[in-house]
Amino acid sequence: MSDTSHYPVWERDPVLTVEHLTMRFGGLVAVNDLSFNVGRGEITALIGPNGAGKTTVFNCVTGFYKPTEGRIVMRHGKAGKADDIAALTRGGRQSATSADGALFLLERMTDFRISHHAKVARTFQNIRLFGGMTTLENLLVAQHNRLMVASGFTIGGIFNLPGYRRAREAAMEKAIGWLRQVNLLHRADDPAADLPYGDQRRLEIARAMCTDPHLLCLDEPAAGLNPRESAELNDLLHYIRRECGTSILLIEHDMGVVMEISDHIVVLDYGVKISDGTAFEVRNDPSVIAAYLGVEDTEVEQVEAVLEAEVQA
Amino acid sequence: MADPQASASSNHGAGEQVELENLRSGLSGEPPAISPRRGGAKSQLSASLVDAVVAGALAAALGFFFIGLRSDIAPGGLALTQRWGALVIAVAIVFVGRLLLNLFVYKRRRSAPPKARAPKATTSRGETYARFSKAIAPVLLLVALAFPFLMIWGAPQQSRQYIDLSILILTYVMLGWGLNIVVGLAGLLDLGYVAFYAVGAYSFALLAKYLGLGFWTCLPLAGILAACWGMILGFPVLRLRGDYLAIVTLAFGEIIRVILLNWSNFTGGPNGISGVPKPTLFGYEFKSGAGGVADLLGIHYSPIQRFIFLYYIILVLALLTNFVTLRLRRLPIGRAWEALREDEIACRSLGINTTNTKLTAFATGAMFGGFAGSFFATRQGFISPESFTFLESAIILAIVVLGGLGSQIGVVIASVVMIGGIELLRNLTFLKAIFGPDFDPTQYRMLIFGLAMVVIMVWKPRGLVSSRSPTAIYKRKTRIGADMVAQGEGH
Repeated sequence: MSDTSHYPVWERDPVLTVEHLTMRFGGLVAVNDLSFNVGRGEITALIGPNGAGKTTVFNCVTGFYKPTEGRIVMRHGKAGKADDIAALTRGGRQSATSADGALFLLERMTDFRISHHAKVARTFQNIRLFGGMTTLENLLVAQHNRLMVASGFTIGGIFNLPGYRRAREAAMEKAIGWLRQVNLLHRADDPAADLPYGDQRRLEIARAMCTDPHLLCLDEPAAGLNPRESAELNDLLHYIRRECGTSILLIEHDMGVVMEISDHIVVLDYGVKISDGTAFEVRNDPSVIAAYLGVEDTEVEQVEAVLEAEVQA
Repeated sequence: MADPQASASSNHGAGEQVELENLRSGLSGEPPAISPRRGGAKSQLSASLVDAVVAGALAAALGFFFIGLRSDIAPGGLALTQRWGALVIAVAIVFVGRLLLNLFVYKRRRSAPPKARAPKATTSRGETYARFSKAIAPVLLLVALAFPFLMIWGAPQQSRQYIDLSILILTYVMLGWGLNIVVGLAGLLDLGYVAFYAVGAYSFALLAKYLGLGFWTCLPLAGILAACWGMILGFPVLRLRGDYLAIVTLAFGEIIRVILLNWSNFTGGPNGISGVPKPTLFGYEFKSGAGGVADLLGIHYSPIQRFIFLYYIILVLALLTNFVTLRLRRLPIGRAWEALREDEIACRSLGINTTNTKLTAFATGAMFGGFAGSFFATRQGFISPESFTFLESAIILAIVVLGGLGSQIGVVIASVVMIGGIELLRNLTFLKAIFGPDFDPTQYRMLIFGLAMVVIMVWKPRGLVSSRSPTAIYKRKTRIGADMVAQGEGH
């Protein structure tokens, strides 16, 4: 292979590759032939005007929708040579594990298997916490699969065997650690529905992180937050990327947040990718400006010419 | 013991009342800006009077045919009797009752300023409640353990009747606890729980009839078979949601009963199965003469010994159900059940296999239903499909809902009230002195039963014990008010 070190991370070492993703709802094409990469250890933002199809992309990646067409590849470790992916695609399997990692074809997997095996966690645009359970319990539920194995699928747990007891202690510690990280330790025993909005957002992120994800998908994490809470959220996302090495894919409308924290931005409009690059590149892309702000009547022809030229190129 | 939900609902009620009043004053042409406080006692009285007159008019309209006219079968057709006196009395009762309610009950509610729910108060009340329930549980357990002997000592004449009644109540407690796993914890509305009860009962009766197995061998088998049926039902059904789930479980309950009814040469059809063996104590039967338990222990034989034995069997079975449920709640599976009730989509996003989780809830609940069913068969000695009608499912579900979804102690209270209360109605002979010798209180059982349910649902819409206690604690134990806890599917 030629020298690729000058390529951006998302080209060199993508954790998630979305190829030719198309999602149709009846006659409506919500996402049309979309391809993009999410770089390992990076924060990637998916932005676009309302109705651009961002949440649909999320739902396809996390298995809540089955895409009409396309391939979504999730890579663990160093796995993911083109031939391996092609071989996996030809075969009927959902995933392939090799010495250097694992490959998952997310479009073939159901939602809970994606979270469990492919390690893609997500949060929701309208927060979905377990409102009647305490914040601590919320984080324990997130560690369900590990605890189930440790409890011998409940049999060992009923008799409180030492193996389960150790796992339970570890789970508690992890939950308390995350509560401390998101500044909610003093609310550990309060029901999640009782928390203020901003705290609920942070708790949902902490809950997703308790599943030990390789990729964290956040659907509008800053929606409804005040500037101080937004700043806290930025710190939290930086912490997650730095300390946990988790790659982050986020949908966001708050341009302040997006431009500040993203390494890589993908812009959607009417289900089509109109721009892809660093924050600087995207900000100066005329098609993005046109999609977001519209253009003056006098400039329509000029902008169209530029766009036309881009399409040709 | 008012809980936040009750106060919230009464606030809601007050708000509605105020709104209604505004609407009414608006309609009658008064300036809407008038403050209800300044209106004083006079407008209060006139408003109440108007309201009572409206209620009375409604009662008159409704009762015109139902009370005022009465048709009797007479030779050559129907004879119409007019009973205007009764109608007038009924209308008067409604009018006066409504007026009194308006003046003394609603007024107070209306004048009380709506209080904001203070979380601090909930916590302290939660702590008192936790302490209270911690203290009450061992007391109740001791009473339950000593109950047969208390009865023999206290009321030797009726002891057999009371022990029999308490066995019935405990059976329903156990069924309620079993259903509580499905409805209360996992939030899946199951209207056909009696199917598993029937599977348990018939498993034992058929195994005993065809293979000659005894109670203690069949008890676990009945549980396992019922759990298998739970899974067989669960696989196709659990992809349904809400109302559809409820309807299909209802149908499943009926299907089991209809099969039992129609497969005559195997199940005995409507004739049922008689001669189901009695439980033995380590192989010794409860009978008079040599070889019986009484003979073995060297005491005098009395038929009540068998009742006491049955009482302790069902007590142990019920306590086992309780123990396992409480244990499961603290295990990942139980937490997943509750999470499922709260938000299924969030569960899936956390990698929880919701189908398996629902299936385990269904199977566990069904297993305890099966245990209870096989106990029922051995207690009765005779079973027929008639014991497993939809009414039975409805009663068990009513116990769970009245007790408070997910609450263990609530189920106990609800069963004692519902089953014990209904049975005690049979004994209310003193009512005959008031209403005349023709009065038969048992005929009003279902009326009172329904009335009691309406009252509880108005007074405590989320059941008697509606708060939930967390399964993992960091520093302090709190109780979570019912207004925050989700109810799951189909409610």
